[in-house]
Amino acid sequence: MDSLRKKIDKIKPHFTEGGKFARLRSVFEGFESFLFVPDKVTFKGSHIRDSIDLKRTMTVVIIALLPAFLFGSYNAGLQHFRSLGLETGILQNFWFGFIRILPMVIVSYGVGLGIEFIAAQIRGHEINEGFLVSGLLIPMIMPIDVPLWMVAIATTFAVILGKEVFGGTGMNIFNPALLARAFLFFSYPAWMSGDKIWTEGLTKGQGVIDGFSGATPLALSAAGETTKLPSIMDMFIGTIPGSFGETSTLAILLGALILIITGIGSWKIIVSVFAGGLGMGLLLNAVAVNPYMELPFYYHFVMGGFAFGAVFMATDPVSGSQTEKGKWIYGFLIGVLSVLIRVLNPAYPEGVMLAILLMNVFAPLIDYYVIQSSIKKRLKRANIATNNYTK
Amino acid sequence: MSITVRLKKGLDIKLKGVATKTLAGEVVANLYGVKPVDFPGLTPKLNVREGDKVLAGSPLFHDKLRPEILFTSPVSGEVLYINRGDRRKLLEIVIQKEGDEYVDFGKADAAGLSREKIRETLLKSGLWPAIRQRPYNVVANPNNVPDAIFISGFDTAPLAPDYNFIIDNSQETNFRKGIAALTKLTDGKINMILNGKGDSSEVLKKTSGVEISYISGPHPAGNVGIQIHHIRPINKGDRVWTVNLQDVLAIGRLFEEGAYKHDRIIALTGSEVLNAQYYRIRSGASIASIVKDNVRPGNLRYISGNVLTGTRITADGFLGYYDSQVTVIPEGDYYEFFGWMMPGLNKFSFSKTFASSLLPRKSYSLDTNLHGGERAFVMTGMYEKVVPMDIYPMQLLKAILAEDIELMENLGIYEIAEEDFALCEYICPSKVEIQSIVRKGIELMIREMS
Repeated sequence: MDSLRKKIDKIKPHFTEGGKFARLRSVFEGFESFLFVPDKVTFKGSHIRDSIDLKRTMTVVIIALLPAFLFGSYNAGLQHFRSLGLETGILQNFWFGFIRILPMVIVSYGVGLGIEFIAAQIRGHEINEGFLVSGLLIPMIMPIDVPLWMVAIATTFAVILGKEVFGGTGMNIFNPALLARAFLFFSYPAWMSGDKIWTEGLTKGQGVIDGFSGATPLALSAAGETTKLPSIMDMFIGTIPGSFGETSTLAILLGALILIITGIGSWKIIVSVFAGGLGMGLLLNAVAVNPYMELPFYYHFVMGGFAFGAVFMATDPVSGSQTEKGKWIYGFLIGVLSVLIRVLNPAYPEGVMLAILLMNVFAPLIDYYVIQSSIKKRLKRANIATNNYTK
Repeated sequence: MSITVRLKKGLDIKLKGVATKTLAGEVVANLYGVKPVDFPGLTPKLNVREGDKVLAGSPLFHDKLRPEILFTSPVSGEVLYINRGDRRKLLEIVIQKEGDEYVDFGKADAAGLSREKIRETLLKSGLWPAIRQRPYNVVANPNNVPDAIFISGFDTAPLAPDYNFIIDNSQETNFRKGIAALTKLTDGKINMILNGKGDSSEVLKKTSGVEISYISGPHPAGNVGIQIHHIRPINKGDRVWTVNLQDVLAIGRLFEEGAYKHDRIIALTGSEVLNAQYYRIRSGASIASIVKDNVRPGNLRYISGNVLTGTRITADGFLGYYDSQVTVIPEGDYYEFFGWMMPGLNKFSFSKTFASSLLPRKSYSLDTNLHGGERAFVMTGMYEKVVPMDIYPMQLLKAILAEDIELMENLGIYEIAEEDFALCEYICPSKVEIQSIVRKGIELMIREMS
């Protein structure tokens, strides 16, 4: 790799202050640090630094997303061929879905990173890695049939109004990927809910076999048709219609495992979202005045984006609660609200997106009260200690 | 009332280059340097000029705001040069050693002296700066009487010297006299904190006139700030003084011999040291003679102190006033192809994102590479895992950045010093300079509260 390094060193002066391309120095720096960990050394403070950086952190999240991504590709193909009544092999299904999702991924990264590069250049910052994850999350929470231009607009909206206006990565209030989805949900509702959008080709009215509906389990439940639900095993494995990355609870749990073992995702949030969903589910079971309420609580975990939201959205360290105690409360309320909105609000079959965005708003408030209580406790404890000490 | 505290939070960074428990004997350097920058918050005013002759114990400079606090020469000789930095900032006063003469501060039995007399001797001799105060971790104000004095009996920093080894190779009488002198300075208690994990030296365990408590756990359990937090938390208006164990010895020796002999046993450590062991050396001595022919070739970082909180010095630089350790590690000024993507069997990380986390017992040779660029705060809940205090580190740091005095107060600025947050800086994936932020906050508090 020495020759590559030499080439970079040769062109580097052009991109520094006073060079020909000085205006592109953030972009150059971004690519250079992508290829090589910089030679920067500590100047003051701790002389040694942990090997982890934000690139590594974000990469771990991407790796955690891979099981869901791979399964999503397979399932997109599977659903498509099922709608046509065809039996196909795993590889064929996978390939079909993969080449359908790839343009969305490219558009999302292209648009998002483009904006990030421009923003970094304007601010004179280095390029932040935050979008590496958001860029993959955005296509994964979209219906497979969504037009590419919508992905582009949604990404633009999410990155500019959801992130850059607040100061960029680390400063945003809302989860950017969810914001992209919420933007489309409210701007183009026809493309974001309904039976047709979840399976590639249905919106184009291709010949579909009789009996294939394309309805998601959530849509069926909201309509009270709980008897038509797929088996719990199918929903757990994920061979059901739904957003690209969210159908397989199993794949998502694999991702959760990676996040928890590496310590990158907060296990407290993941556990508490499920706990909140469980609590609310049981409560609704106890009341149970309609078929949806009668649905056993664990159905909520495997339907729609519940697991995906819990593992990849609620755990966003920037827009979520930042105190450890706050994380328990934050996650729990997301779980509660998700199930509550799903079951009791007929306008939104899926509650997870709204629950997380709503709790994004309240996260700072939760932190505020957690910290206030800690301040009080610390003062009190210190006083007791002083009294003991002087006795 | 002895307290035993078991801490779980923190991190032991296992580095190569632990000092073997052999004492190489006394090192007499040719040059000695006293560095005003060792004392945060100090505005130094010179008492000497280049070419002046000084004795060990002669004042070199003093604190402009509290002129009674003198900083004296560690040896007798000639002031060779006075190094200044940007804006004529006083960096170091270098003395060429000649002869072995001492200012006579008078032998005395510390137990029989008055508080005033002890204070006066310490101030004049140049040993007063060894006493630091919390809050703020600055040289103690001689006009105060502290609520308590804390002495940490162990050090948990990476490659830290073993205090038991040090005390067992020192004069026990010096230690006893040092404690006796300190007892006079406070109406409260002298707290000595020993390691709850290992067996401490008999000398420490049997110290009379002190209250011994035990704390165990990973670094920073040995930091006196953490110990104060768990044993006697500081509130607004409280004042606790801290003295390093080796400085207790020097204080005892001052009264025992009537001379300023600021000797210490230091550990020469680090992966690049060929023969890592202990040396008896005087405060301010040039490290040239101990590192010469004793380090591996290459571009090296010499640190007075440990790798987390020490000061960068040159290969012929001077030992810091408070340091009991010299560390030599490789510089990390290299590019690494796709370094952030590699499995990383040789990369130590607090996170479990590198393959190295599968080998928990391994020791590492870490260098000074930053491993990334500075970013915004993104990850949360990390700092909390290495700060064993009932404090919200991230929120406190943000309060400092926002210069919100009241919030800083409420979140515990009085209880912390840079060293207590050094691990946060080490683990931070956003590469934030946390210790600088902490010092900035402390300086702001000193300005606003005085």
